[in-house]
Amino acid sequence: MDNGYIFRLEGISKSFGGVKALQNINLEIKPNEVLAIVGDNGAGKSTLVKIISGAIIPDKGKIYFKEKEVLINNPREAALLGIQICYQDLALVDCLDVATNIFLGREICRRIFGLADFLLLKRMREESIKHLKSLGVEIQNVKEKVKNLSGGQRQVIAISRAVYWGTKLVILDEPTAALGVRESKKVNELIKSLKQNNISVIIISHNLQHVFYVADRVIVLRHGEKVGERKIRETDGDEIVKMITGSEFNGQELAY
Amino acid sequence: MKDNNSRENSNVMKNVFSRIRESNVFLALIGLLLISLSLSIMSPHFMTVSNILNVLRQISTIAVVSIGMTYVIITGGIDLSVGSVLALSAVVSAYLMTHGTNMYIAIIIGMIIGLLCGFLNGIFIATRINMPPFIVTLAMMGIARGFSLVITDGKPIYGLPKQFGYIAGGYVFGIPIPVIIIILLYIIGYVHLSFTRTGVYYYAVGGNQEATRVAGVDIRRVKLNAYAISGLTASIGGIILSSRLVSVEPLSGTGYELDALAAAVIGGASLSGGEGSLIGTLIGAIVMGVLRNGLNLLNVSAYWQQVAVGVVILVVVLTKSLRKK
Repeated sequence: MDNGYIFRLEGISKSFGGVKALQNINLEIKPNEVLAIVGDNGAGKSTLVKIISGAIIPDKGKIYFKEKEVLINNPREAALLGIQICYQDLALVDCLDVATNIFLGREICRRIFGLADFLLLKRMREESIKHLKSLGVEIQNVKEKVKNLSGGQRQVIAISRAVYWGTKLVILDEPTAALGVRESKKVNELIKSLKQNNISVIIISHNLQHVFYVADRVIVLRHGEKVGERKIRETDGDEIVKMITGSEFNGQELAY
Repeated sequence: MKDNNSRENSNVMKNVFSRIRESNVFLALIGLLLISLSLSIMSPHFMTVSNILNVLRQISTIAVVSIGMTYVIITGGIDLSVGSVLALSAVVSAYLMTHGTNMYIAIIIGMIIGLLCGFLNGIFIATRINMPPFIVTLAMMGIARGFSLVITDGKPIYGLPKQFGYIAGGYVFGIPIPVIIIILLYIIGYVHLSFTRTGVYYYAVGGNQEATRVAGVDIRRVKLNAYAISGLTASIGGIILSSRLVSVEPLSGTGYELDALAAAVIGGASLSGGEGSLIGTLIGAIVMGVLRNGLNLLNVSAYWQQVAVGVVILVVVLTKSLRKK
């Protein structure tokens, strides 16, 4: 597994009617790597993410997880493999508290009278605090309802939720899109700290500044094709913007 | 360091306090106390044990029906069919009883009818058919009412066994049996909603259906269960009502869907889902019962009582939305 990738896509294609959303995409991600996928609107980023998370089945191509070919038919199967996706707005239930959100769908319970699974609320709260702390996240009160938290806190909790327990690969869809500067910084710190927790990250973002801050590698999509792949250390914003737009524009003008 | 600690402590205190103040149940409770207080000042007959038990017995039907309604509202839905389902299950069990079926079996069959109606609602709403709850339960409202009229030919059913009247008329340790039924059902429902895995899912579905689905919860089953529970509690309400009257009218339960809705909303439920509690709903039902009872004692006409209940609903919802700002 040394040369190995944790996750690999080979020749992925997908069309919707006559529209070729993705053509022959190859992509791989190593353990503890942060891979950014960038591209203009309609470049095929969301389709790619949906394929990885099992929401869309590709027409052609193979998916490998830990060097074994896998079929991902739905998000549940992706989760079983250890692939979690954190959507922009769909991630949290506002009317529930932080701990309940983190454990939603995998509650710690004890069966009583053989009738019902009773929640072990106290344990879930303790575990949530422990988990958040391990990621360097500070939340004052895990009993707080999520709707009372700021956008940044919510995003941090959504990501923490996605990387809880056995997650090997997490996909973040525009994690900083709706956030202010300070809040974005917190989220980006969290993304970087995932690496230390043995988790690979695929991040979709429009914000190149953030991409350059958190990612190790970047892949550029244009019109459903992969047009470039660079190590972050070996490229700059100019080159990426040129690849995104197809060199029609001067990168300087568009970069910020 | 010490300063930090004490600040944290005071933060926690503030948190607990604001949580209580923010809770909608608290609001309903204040309303109930205010109404009760003014009624007991205005009428000497109000604050007596026998009158309170009387109020509780009067609201028992609505209170039971409101349990299922609360489940449905928490998931973000609505059940307009509860009044008709109540009538249909009452009619079926009364018909069976007067045609020689054992009383208990007749009651159980009535409850199964209610469960089935709710289940049918759920099938259309929760499965891939995915129809809007308002329309589906509106249709069921008509269908169930129609069947109860067909079965009875539009006439009331009299002559139910005397024993049957004991359910609503009897006492255990001096407490009316319907009151015991309410307390039991509300405790079961409250524990279920607040402390079990499946209970949390009702709130989760109402709060953010997509996030809940993505989290791997079978949201169709959650919704289906909510409507099934609503049908079941409606039928239990039907049994209590027909036992109280020792007869069944095919038109009984008309308008109960709105009373149940009002009880849930006064108790803090939100029609957009994710909010609500059974304690609140019970208080809501009691508020309406107390109001009607008190106005009766004060010889206010039934017409004005409707106005009063409407105003209370408005005030509660108004306070809630003002506070959110």
